Amino acid sequence: MPESFSTREIMIAAAAREIGDGEVVFVGMRLPLVAFAVAKALHAPFAVGVFENGVLRDRSALSPIVTMSDPPNISDALVCTGLIEVMSLLQRGRVDLGFIGGAEIDRFGNLNTTLAQQVRLPGSGGAADIASFARRTVIMMTHEKRRFQEKVSYLTSPGHGTGSGWRQIVGLPGGGPSKVVTSLGVFGFTESGEMILESLHSGVTHDEVQAHTGWPLRSAPSVTETFPPSPRELALIRRFDTLG
Amino acid sequence: ALALKAAAMGVPFLPTRTGGGSDIVKNEAAFRPLSCPFSAEQLTAVKAVVPHVAILHVQRADAFGNAHLWGNLGVAVEAAYAAERVILTCEEVVEREVIVSDPNRTLIPGILVDAVVLEPLGAHPSPVQGFWRRDDEQFLRYHDASRRREGFVAWLKEWVTDLSDQEAYRTKLGEKLVKELRVDAKQLPRGEVNYGF
Repeated sequence: MPESFSTREIMIAAAAREIGDGEVVFVGMRLPLVAFAVAKALHAPFAVGVFENGVLRDRSALSPIVTMSDPPNISDALVCTGLIEVMSLLQRGRVDLGFIGGAEIDRFGNLNTTLAQQVRLPGSGGAADIASFARRTVIMMTHEKRRFQEKVSYLTSPGHGTGSGWRQIVGLPGGGPSKVVTSLGVFGFTESGEMILESLHSGVTHDEVQAHTGWPLRSAPSVTETFPPSPRELALIRRFDTLG
Repeated sequence: ALALKAAAMGVPFLPTRTGGGSDIVKNEAAFRPLSCPFSAEQLTAVKAVVPHVAILHVQRADAFGNAHLWGNLGVAVEAAYAAERVILTCEEVVEREVIVSDPNRTLIPGILVDAVVLEPLGAHPSPVQGFWRRDDEQFLRYHDASRRREGFVAWLKEWVTDLSDQEAYRTKLGEKLVKELRVDAKQLPRGEVNYGF
């Protein structure tokens, strides 16, 4: 009988698996902070984390952290510089993978973190730069119908725009979103830039995902069950996740 | 950040590639589309922002405002270079000898600084590397309080306007918490820097 786990934990495990060894990873707040620590400990010992506050690390934080600016994430860092310098790394094309999230996402992986249902939200906060310049991005979202819209009401961070070729036309060098990890499943993108269902978290049905998605959702040829977090992954997640 | 950097460099804007395909640049006075004068590539111009005043907390400064800061820098250095006036608050006021022992760490030169204020714990609830930990609880309380205007106003009264000075603020936090937040003297290994000639 496998150990039980939370939605948050399977999301972190799925995100950690996206980090390849030796990759340069732009690590966002909350779940990605934990995912980076888990990946470093398991399968990506040579990954380097880039943090928006100007920090570059080749090891996870010295003790569990709430934000990227907590002292244990500064201590033992390879580099401490400023925001301009790490954003320059992104714009220069030195970052392989970036993690972002948003209030709304659409069929082509475009994100809105600016304005939804007449509420002014925090805005890009660096996500637009990550979405524009990282070689690929992984998006992490709570899966709710109000968040999964056919078309975002405001485009803050560009995904695949209106489909294939769009990013080249508007002059975006990065590859755009490669995966979306949600509270219900994991999604990829087709050649034409459309989001497709790849795996469902255990106990989640296709109908449930469709009911929480604001457009007719396409599926990969074979939709699998998201591999549950292994005991090692779970132990690491519980060690690093201070807010779990 | 680029808006501060532009001001820090004394130029009216800086170009960026960010903005292509995003609505951010469309209805925002601080951004304009820009064609590269060399390649005709489409870029975005970010307008300079010159703050009237920048208030920055640093680890140590001398009496002239030559400041050593380290750890989490964000846009502190750009802000110091961009602002019309700069006020430094610091954990320690040190002699010139300490500053010149490592001039690469003098990220803010005193010629930019108008005032130096000795104010240990002055960044609370934020951390100061080597001096103070982050007060996570206080951030959470503020986060909850500031969801509504009334909560924010009450918080402002309790933690700012009702307190006469930093001493009163510190007393309100309590000695126990202040002690918990203080970083122990334990040091990590360090490589010496040789500025000899």
